[in-house]
Amino acid sequence: MEIVRPQWKPPSNDVVPTLPLYRSAPALEVRLEDFELYAMDRLRVLKGISDGLSRGKKPEEMEKLVNDLWKINMRHPQALEVLNKDVISHFVLRLVYCRTEDLRKWFLSMETALFRNRFRLLTADAQRALLAEFGLPYRVVARAEFEGVKEKLVQVTRSIGQPILSSDVIFYKVPFEEVPELVAGRRVFICKGHAYVAMNQVVSLVVTQFRSLLSKALILTNRKWTSMIREQEKDRLTPIVEALCSSYLGPDYSQPKEFAEISIKDFDLVAKSSFPLCMRHLFEKLREDHHLKHGGRMQLGLFLKGVGLKLDDALAFWKAEFSQKVGGERFDKEYAYSIRHNYGREGKRTDYTPYSCQKIISSTPGVGDHHGCPYRHFSEENLRAALCRMGVNGGAVEDVMDKVRNRHYQLACTLTFEAIHGLSCDAGINHPNQYFSDSQKTLKVKNHSSEQGESIGD
Amino acid sequence: MMEVDNGRDDMSIDGQSLGNGVPGGFNASYLKLYYGKLFPYADIFKWLSYGNDGKHPACDKSYFGRREFSFTLDNDIYLRFQSVNNEFELENTIKEKCPFKIDIGPVYSVDPAKRHAYSQSGDNVFTPVERELIFDIDISDYDNVRYCCSGADVCLDCWPLMTVAIKVIDASLRDDFGFNHILWVFSGRRGVHCWVCDGKARRLTNEQRAAIADYFRVYKGNENSNKRVSLTGPVLHPFLVRSYTEVLKDFFETKLLSSQNLFSTEERYGKILEMIPDESVTSELQGKWQNNKRSSISKEDINLVRWEQLKHSLQSGQKKAQGLRRCVEEIVFSFTYPRIDMEVSKHMNHLLKAPFCIHPKTGRVCVPIDPKHCEEFDPTVVPTLSQLLEELNMGGVGADDDKECDRTSLGKSLSFFRSSFLRPLLKSCKEEMESLHNAKLQQSKNSLSW
Repeated sequence: MEIVRPQWKPPSNDVVPTLPLYRSAPALEVRLEDFELYAMDRLRVLKGISDGLSRGKKPEEMEKLVNDLWKINMRHPQALEVLNKDVISHFVLRLVYCRTEDLRKWFLSMETALFRNRFRLLTADAQRALLAEFGLPYRVVARAEFEGVKEKLVQVTRSIGQPILSSDVIFYKVPFEEVPELVAGRRVFICKGHAYVAMNQVVSLVVTQFRSLLSKALILTNRKWTSMIREQEKDRLTPIVEALCSSYLGPDYSQPKEFAEISIKDFDLVAKSSFPLCMRHLFEKLREDHHLKHGGRMQLGLFLKGVGLKLDDALAFWKAEFSQKVGGERFDKEYAYSIRHNYGREGKRTDYTPYSCQKIISSTPGVGDHHGCPYRHFSEENLRAALCRMGVNGGAVEDVMDKVRNRHYQLACTLTFEAIHGLSCDAGINHPNQYFSDSQKTLKVKNHSSEQGESIGD
Repeated sequence: MMEVDNGRDDMSIDGQSLGNGVPGGFNASYLKLYYGKLFPYADIFKWLSYGNDGKHPACDKSYFGRREFSFTLDNDIYLRFQSVNNEFELENTIKEKCPFKIDIGPVYSVDPAKRHAYSQSGDNVFTPVERELIFDIDISDYDNVRYCCSGADVCLDCWPLMTVAIKVIDASLRDDFGFNHILWVFSGRRGVHCWVCDGKARRLTNEQRAAIADYFRVYKGNENSNKRVSLTGPVLHPFLVRSYTEVLKDFFETKLLSSQNLFSTEERYGKILEMIPDESVTSELQGKWQNNKRSSISKEDINLVRWEQLKHSLQSGQKKAQGLRRCVEEIVFSFTYPRIDMEVSKHMNHLLKAPFCIHPKTGRVCVPIDPKHCEEFDPTVVPTLSQLLEELNMGGVGADDDKECDRTSLGKSLSFFRSSFLRPLLKSCKEEMESLHNAKLQQSKNSLSW
């Protein structure tokens, strides 16, 4: 990666602002592993924000969400490294997300939302320092002057329907040319060419500046990427960059932690109660047709592996079904191999991991296939019917369909989960095995408490 | 056969003697005389140079030459992107072309006459770099609230709407935006133009101009809506409050109500009642007034009486919602608040008629208006072309050219232009230029020692 020298030196004696503006790439050396890991950590934050936004979280909720996401994902054992991780991860993701218009748009929105929320969480002093860094000619209104214009400021605040300012609300004085939108809407008091801008208005101005800077930077980054970096780095960074934006970031369920004590006998029950729709559908079709095509076998088979089905049980299960259609012998000849292959007992012995939602959603089921994501691949009619069979009732069905229409397939699945289990799933569904384990957890708790209830009642 | 006094070319004009009073109106020969003797080239040049015509090292000699002029000639021939390099060329070009209208555009990055040599994008671009902040207010935009005239006509009953517009906008430009060098000009027939010439104003971007225009915008009218002014919020912005209490309320109640007879007929007061969203109030008032066609209150103006009744209905009693109370202000605003032409102000490249032009339809001179005494301005007695020429004629023999305009009614306007506007402007330009120059020198000194 081309290391670019920073164009300005941060003031050495001043406090380094806690919120970097990412104006130029850091003159740091990055280890290759950190290159990828830092980026993935930041990506978790951005995807969490994306999720929160599409769920329509309110501003206060977003603030808390961002704070939590940042704390969890962007830590570093060495305090000095925290800032570096912040900056490096941002610049790596710039490379990842500069490459198409859609990617740029997404990245810009998420980084801006991240910036906005982090800015709001800064102390007043840190905020002022950041404004100075932006080179914005904002001056805090001195106490004496404030008293002189206070009445007018109150008037303006009330005229735009804001709550009355408390005495420690800070106002900034800035040339009116800097805040055309506020002037146009008569949302500021102007006097002799100066606009008196309230702190909350400052946030939106700062964010606008940030957004505009980043937007321009992304275009430049894209040019550099296409003209130079991609080719130069084709053996080192390019594959990492290209894989990053489609990566699934959760647990991979390759080693089921809790040994799922589910025997094949219980499958039917468990399928009904805890399988996500995609797997339930495959399972039902398997039961019905005694056959599944390759895509379906992979998707369901790996899922079951993630659930905790051991190889021997898996072989028994699939054979029981398939032999009703193709006979036991043919099963052993043609299908058993690939099941063992999935478990890493054949060929190059890769232990295949169960598919994430992302992967399933992007698959392309053809004629006779039943894999894929029903929320994406089913017709509206079929999806509604399937939801009903799952036990999702009228109102919730509409909510789900609404998410589907907006192409939020995972959210649709999450709502389904919530409707069936009667509780909310804040993290959202990202992986069928996550659905399964969350569901099982919930049911265990319910059973436990109902058992307790019973024993108390006796 | 009329002879011009100074013994230069004989000019025959319409075969009528100037001494008996020249027929009013506008024609090419009169215009030629005007451009020959009266048009203030030096003042226009000095103004639009903003100090760059001086000898200071910081003066930009190319500045005046990068200004766009446009000329509308006889037969509606329209010439855009004209430019001249100095006062001499300005005078010669205008005298030669004798334009029926002169418009002033922005100062471009390069001479507009050479614009085709430059591209639309990239580094070497033809683009406006400076332009006064301008406003255009036309009384025909108020046709739905004046009954005395319509369209092109204007009289002393409706002209005060322009006076009010000047007062509101001028105060805001100075007090709110901090501008100082503001020129108000009579448009020649039915409106006013405003030129804000501070350096800060000339360098505003389109976005900033649009923001200022939006700040001033209250009236959002078209034929389709009943209520074209909507003032929401528990209180109004200080700018609106000041405009209301210092100018609009008083004007509406003491002048406009009566001069336009706003409540005298059912059709007229119906338009006002349409702005009130409460049927119980409007039907009550309607009832009162319908039955009161010939009322016994002969002494008091019926408009004032009904207005008071309306206000009382809307404002008295605690049960009245705040939105209803606000109707009073909304009505006043919709009748009196300035209606600017947004498009004129928003774009740097918009052209505007030059001061001291003659309006082709009225023959009147586009003279400056003193905002401090704008109530005294009377559009019906503004000097006309024929009047000026008559005054010239009667002025005496062999007078020297420079003082010729002073012998006419134009003299007063010019002297106002110079003392109230031009002199303070040029002084400020000089100061700005010097301080900028000194700052640059200081900067280069600093960088040397780096």
